[in-house]
Amino acid sequence: MAKLGPSGYSPYPVAVYENLLNPPPGKAVMFNEIVDEEVAMREAAKAMLTRDNPTIFPGPQVLYAWNDEAKEKARLVRKMAEVLGAKIIPMYDYRPKYPKIDPEKEINPNHPNLTIWHNNIKACIFIGVHCHYANVALKIIRAETDCFTIAMCGMAGHEDAMITLRDQHTEEIEKFIRIAEEVKRDLGK
Amino acid sequence: MSFRIFKINEDLKEFMPPEIIDLEEKATWGNPKRGVMDLPYSKELLEEHSLCAGCPESAAFRYILASLPNPEDTIIVNSTGCTSLVFPHIALHTVHSLFGNQNAIASGIKRTLEWRFPDKVKDVIVLAGDGAIVDIGLDCTLQSFFRQEKITTICFDNEVYANTGGQESGMTVKGHVFKMAPKGKQWDKVPMWQIAIDSGCHYVARLTVSSPKRVEQVIKKAIYVAREVGPTYVHLYTPCILEIGLNSDDGLEEMRRTDKERFKFFEYMTDAAKEVIQKKKEEGLI
Repeated sequence: MAKLGPSGYSPYPVAVYENLLNPPPGKAVMFNEIVDEEVAMREAAKAMLTRDNPTIFPGPQVLYAWNDEAKEKARLVRKMAEVLGAKIIPMYDYRPKYPKIDPEKEINPNHPNLTIWHNNIKACIFIGVHCHYANVALKIIRAETDCFTIAMCGMAGHEDAMITLRDQHTEEIEKFIRIAEEVKRDLGK
Repeated sequence: MSFRIFKINEDLKEFMPPEIIDLEEKATWGNPKRGVMDLPYSKELLEEHSLCAGCPESAAFRYILASLPNPEDTIIVNSTGCTSLVFPHIALHTVHSLFGNQNAIASGIKRTLEWRFPDKVKDVIVLAGDGAIVDIGLDCTLQSFFRQEKITTICFDNEVYANTGGQESGMTVKGHVFKMAPKGKQWDKVPMWQIAIDSGCHYVARLTVSSPKRVEQVIKKAIYVAREVGPTYVHLYTPCILEIGLNSDDGLEEMRRTDKERFKFFEYMTDAAKEVIQKKKEEGLI
C-alpha cells in the first residue's frame, strides 16, 4: 500500500489544490512559502546531506550533449553528487518500459515511486527533466512517498516539489554547490 | 530533432543503461544508405513492442524504422489503433493525433518545419491503421493529398478494428465475418491505393510486409518523392492474426498467400516522381 507523504507539507493530491504556485523570478518556494533562493538552497543542501539515500535524478536535458550548456551542467551534476554524497539515477527518457524498470538503475516519470520505494530514497533532486514530465513525476512522488523532493528547474519551477528552485542554469548550480559545501562543513561532514 | 540529442554527456555516461549507450554508438544515424540489412548488426530504433506475439505490424515497424533515410530528422505522426501502442517505444519523435486527424497534424508540422528550418531536410511521416486513415480520417487524408502536402502516409491495413475486438472497417473484404461483425461485410473493400492516385499522390504502393527488402525500397521511394514533389501513399497489409484466427507463427504465410492475390505488389508513380527516384538510384540511395 502506498504511503502518503507527511500531510503538513505534502498534501494529497497536488500542490495547486493548496493554492501553492511557482515562485516569482529570483525567489524559491520552500514547502508552502516563498523564500529567497539562497535560503531554499541551504535547506535543500541540508536535506540532501542529512536524509537517507540522497539521490540526484538527471533528466535528458543534462544527460545528453545537445548543447554546450548541457555539457557544463552534466559536469556540475557530477560535482554536486560528489559534494552531497548522493547517488545518480538517470531519467534518460520518458518511454514506458515493459515489463518493468530496473529501479536500481533508472527512474521513469510514469511510476517514479518504484525507484523511490526500492532504494528507500528520502531526499532527491530533479534536474534537467522536461517540465511536463517533472510535473507528473513530482506529483506521484508527493502523493505516494515520504521523499523530500527538490526541483532545480531551468524554467518556472514545480510547485509539487518540497523545494522549488527556478531559472537554474550553470551559474545557479555552481552557487548551489558552493552553498552545499558550506552546509556540509557546518554539519561537520 | 538532431543527432546530438542521442549523444550522451561523458560525465554521466557511466550511469546510463547499455541500450541507451547502444543508441548513440550502434544505431545507424546520419547514414541515408541505412536499411533492413543493418538490422542484425545495428541497434534498432524500436526498443521493444507491445503488440501480440507474431504480429506482422511489429515486423513492419522494424523494417520501416530501419529504412528511414533520415531518422534523426524524421517526425512520425500516428493515430489511435494497435500501432499507437508501439510509438512510445521508438526512439524518434512521434506525435499522437486524435483519431483520424493525423494527416492534418502532419501537414501543420511539415509546414512549420519548412518555415522554422528552411536549410534542413525534415521528413514528416504519417503512420496509422486503416481505421484512422481510411475510415475515420478519410477526410483529413484526402484533403492533405488535394493540398499536395509533402508528407508520406503509410497505412497499416489489417482489415479490421482489431484492438477493440473485431469490428469491420472500410478495408474489410466483402463477406468477411468478425466477432463483432457477425453478418459479414456487405460492401466491397475500399480501394484506397486507387483513391490516393486519383487524389493527387505522386507515389503509391500496395504490398504486404513479407519481403523486408521490398518494404525498404518502397519506403525510401515514398519519402524521397514526398520530400521533393508531393504527397505519397504506401498501403501495407499487416494482417491481424488473432482476428482472422491464425497462430502467432502464421503471419508470414498469410502475407505470402495474399502476395499472390489481393495484395499483389502494385506501384504507381508520376513522371516527376520517376525523375526523383531515378536520381536517387543514381546516387545509390535506393
